[in-house]
Amino acid sequence: MNDSLTHIFVDSLLINNFVLCVFLGMCSFLGLSQKFSTAWRMGVSVMFVIIVSGVLSFGAHALLAAFNVEYLRIIVYIIIIASTVQLTEMFIKKTSPALFRELGVYLPLITTNCAVLAVPLFQDSRRYNLLQSTVFAIAASAGYCLAICLLALIRERTDLSDIPSLAKGTALTLILAAILSMSFMGFAGMGSGG
Amino acid sequence: MSDNAVACHPATPPPKGADNPFVNGLWKQNPVFVQVLGMCPTLAVTNSVANAVAMGLCTTFVLASSNCLVSCVRKIVPKQVRIATFIAIAATMVTIVDYLMKAISISMSKALGPYIPLIVANCIVLERAESYAARRPVVKATLDGLGMGFGFTFALTCLGSIREVLGAGTFLGFSVFGPHFEPWVLFLLPPGGFISMAIWLLIFATWRERKAKKAVAAARAEEEKTQMAVLA
Repeated sequence: MNDSLTHIFVDSLLINNFVLCVFLGMCSFLGLSQKFSTAWRMGVSVMFVIIVSGVLSFGAHALLAAFNVEYLRIIVYIIIIASTVQLTEMFIKKTSPALFRELGVYLPLITTNCAVLAVPLFQDSRRYNLLQSTVFAIAASAGYCLAICLLALIRERTDLSDIPSLAKGTALTLILAAILSMSFMGFAGMGSGG
Repeated sequence: MSDNAVACHPATPPPKGADNPFVNGLWKQNPVFVQVLGMCPTLAVTNSVANAVAMGLCTTFVLASSNCLVSCVRKIVPKQVRIATFIAIAATMVTIVDYLMKAISISMSKALGPYIPLIVANCIVLERAESYAARRPVVKATLDGLGMGFGFTFALTCLGSIREVLGAGTFLGFSVFGPHFEPWVLFLLPPGGFISMAIWLLIFATWRERKAKKAVAAARAEEEKTQMAVLA
């Protein structure tokens, strides 16, 4: 198993993209990709939350392991994530009320985004150290941002084209996601060489 | 205190006995096919029927027990911290399931991997707690959780059977087409998940459109009949 930093980065950004290959963060990926402007804002706020909560949960896991109470990890992680989201919300509200108004409804939704909770869980199971965890959190969240932006750009185009009424809505989005996912499978070859 | 009471009991009470919460979750408000919620486990673990059923049953347990507990504490919890409380309840239930799964079958627990702990972040759990269990009596809330859970299991099994039959040529591990079948591996890979979900949504959309057309036709026939009666 190659776990150099570059490998972790490329692996979680492209080869095992969080959204298109591991199926995490589906709800917001399908729900918030109608317009590029909301998609990239959502992507960036999720990135921020993932990176902060990823690093914090690394510390929390070390603490839990020290006291031998690792069975509490799910509860602790979700509390960390919920408070990070709350902090982000307060921070954005204070510094940029305009941005807060635009993101408004989507911000609390980040708590139930499985991509956020998955980062600390994967960090545990792969036994990453602090530096590896940070790189992993950055790459995974960038992968999420990339995928939601790509889908939003495609959906803006399909909105203008003539499609059968049956397929309009979620079905079409899923087919688009399938094609995107197939093209991301092309990156699989990059991992085998290392 | 009065503030809490308002939060827990909405101004317009739900119609009594309007419909059965169990059937509602199973079919009419099916979490996957109608509400399109909880997509992550739906697409991720349905590459075989056995995985799909196991995941569905785990989620059912979490949904029913967290709905029950949320409904029990609904009058005590202040409005401001209700979401945090619901999440903490769900996380406790998920921890129980996680350890139960490890005790029952290590191989299944490995196959489902991080998706068991991820039930906490499944939107269905929080959505049901917030929109249903927080303002209903215990029995109804539990029934709703069970119904939603079985609806979820049903949907997962539908997806899992398409993917396993086409992608591996087996159903629950038994060969369907015999040894000469060339498996359509794409259906086991991530794109297959998206495609088979799209197929099911299209099937349901066709069915619904047909039903709507039939209803329109029936209404028109009825109208013509009454007109004829009036003319006669």
